[in-house]
Amino acid sequence: MDNLKIGGKEINNRLFLGTGKFSTDALIPDIIRTSGVQVVTVALRRVDFENQQENMLKYINKECVLMPNTSGARTAEEAVKIARIARAAGCGNWVKIEVIKDNKYLLPDNYETIKATEILAKEGFAVFPYMSPDLMAAREMRDAGAAAIMPLGSPIGSNRGLKTKELVRILIDEIDLPIIVDAGIGRPSEAAEAMEMGAEAVLVNTAIAVANDPVAMAEAFSLAVRAGRRAFLAGPGGVKSSGEASSPLTGFLRDIE
Amino acid sequence: MKFSDIYHSCQDFDADKYINRVTPKQVREAIEKGELSERDFMVLLSPEAEKNLEEMAQKAHRLTVRNFGRVIYLFTPLYLSNFCTNECSYCGFSTKSKLRRRTLSVDEVEKEGRLIAETGLRHLLILTGESRTKSPVEYIAACVQRLRKYFCSIAIEIYPLETPEYKLLLSAGVDGVTIYQEVYDPITYDRVHIKGPKKNYLFRINAPERACQAGMRAVNIGALIGLFDWRKEVFAAGLHSRYLQDRFPSTEISISFPRLRPALGRYQPASAVTDKDLVQMITAFRLFLPRVGITLSTREKAVLRDNLIRLGVTRMSAGSCTEVGGRLDGDGHNGQFDISDKRSVREIKEAIHRLGYQPVSKDWLVI
Repeated sequence: MDNLKIGGKEINNRLFLGTGKFSTDALIPDIIRTSGVQVVTVALRRVDFENQQENMLKYINKECVLMPNTSGARTAEEAVKIARIARAAGCGNWVKIEVIKDNKYLLPDNYETIKATEILAKEGFAVFPYMSPDLMAAREMRDAGAAAIMPLGSPIGSNRGLKTKELVRILIDEIDLPIIVDAGIGRPSEAAEAMEMGAEAVLVNTAIAVANDPVAMAEAFSLAVRAGRRAFLAGPGGVKSSGEASSPLTGFLRDIE
Repeated sequence: MKFSDIYHSCQDFDADKYINRVTPKQVREAIEKGELSERDFMVLLSPEAEKNLEEMAQKAHRLTVRNFGRVIYLFTPLYLSNFCTNECSYCGFSTKSKLRRRTLSVDEVEKEGRLIAETGLRHLLILTGESRTKSPVEYIAACVQRLRKYFCSIAIEIYPLETPEYKLLLSAGVDGVTIYQEVYDPITYDRVHIKGPKKNYLFRINAPERACQAGMRAVNIGALIGLFDWRKEVFAAGLHSRYLQDRFPSTEISISFPRLRPALGRYQPASAVTDKDLVQMITAFRLFLPRVGITLSTREKAVLRDNLIRLGVTRMSAGSCTEVGGRLDGDGHNGQFDISDKRSVREIKEAIHRLGYQPVSKDWLVI
């Protein structure tokens, strides 16, 4: 079995699901069932522990791995506080760190994210930092104890696809931790592309949540992620930008010898 | 450079001439663009653009769903005091209005807060008139400290403050500031604000940036639509929003376009603003600033509010009451303005669900 061993767990579905932006959280159980998603991220800011009727956690299957995220944090300090609240509330020890100071582009602050990673990893969290793909920052997050690195494909919610492809490829090549592409993936084909490159998983939210049929779209993403993973394991042949000439210009060298 | 300086430097621009000469080609180009310039925004606010309202609405819908999802953030107002030292021609709390003046005690504030919390709403907007003696900053801070255990987010809509005062309220637990310029046109501003500290146009127009500088998480600005030519007012509010978004990227900026409602002062709007105009301003604004929240209050009718959800609105008030102590023992006759959408919180949530959106009662946490 090609399972992903990560944060002390073993996962066999490499599509991770984000839960913001849905027209109703009641869709989540259907999505989990149809797509086989096992890892689900939830913004702690949205969870109302005191109001069972509106507590979105009730829609998440107990067998899923919950990955609370620190959406809304603007500093490392706020992210750390949110992570601690999540663990104290019984949400487990996984945490996706999101530190965003820029409401226009929603780009993460790598510097604050490194600081939060260091503090939370020391406290025993399995830390999944969401980041702008930068090799130096990724190395620091790894050294700080991150369980994986989550570079963005393009800004959150933009559905623009894998615009940071070359930078993500460098992380895949250089960082000996799972690379999970998070944010910006708009189509299943883009998720497959990330997986073919060697990403260990892909996290998708907006593209599923705002689809006309979110359940079917989640299934499509799940299949694409599997296909991409299979292709990566199968080892695709090298890509050539032009055809091979049947009469090579240097063929005469063979004749001379 | 403060926003007042930027706005002042635009005063020589002949907006009327520009707006009335907009061509169909300019409108089409503005709608199709990815990033809109300020002139594109003005093009979309022109009478010519009214012909393309459906296209604008379609794009506004797509942008809103992509950026904010199918969710509507809910909050409710709580009036602490209606004492006011200003005489404003359009406002029910004006010194000239004959109404029962009242400031709630901190215990009464907590009691009303508890009643609101029972509806499930966790975002509160507290309001006062402008009276530094009847509702001083220290009193507001004491109310916020008492309310914090019931709400995950508390915003204020009070008189403009100095930056250190905003910081004081931030440390008491306030995380958002709503402050409307009311009217950006300086001549009209001076005319409708007859007496009192509110006559100080500059102190008010630069208040949102002081709130951002103090570190508020969210700042909501707006213009009271109906006091002056709405196209120019919405344009000014758009420039103001973009200014704040660019300079204070860590603050969530949102906008309101409250239309003048009958108030105790019985002020008649200077220019009639139709539902169609409201649709044009909301959709043009969404195309200009795709990431800025748009807030819609219960001033508008239920049926209109429901229809505007799909056009770009991201935040709505619910279960509103504009009377001080209105949920405790109010008689319903002393509100700041009349409410049009009188549905209960539960009814509004159900309506939002029916439209294919999720009402969000909690979107922050006290940390």
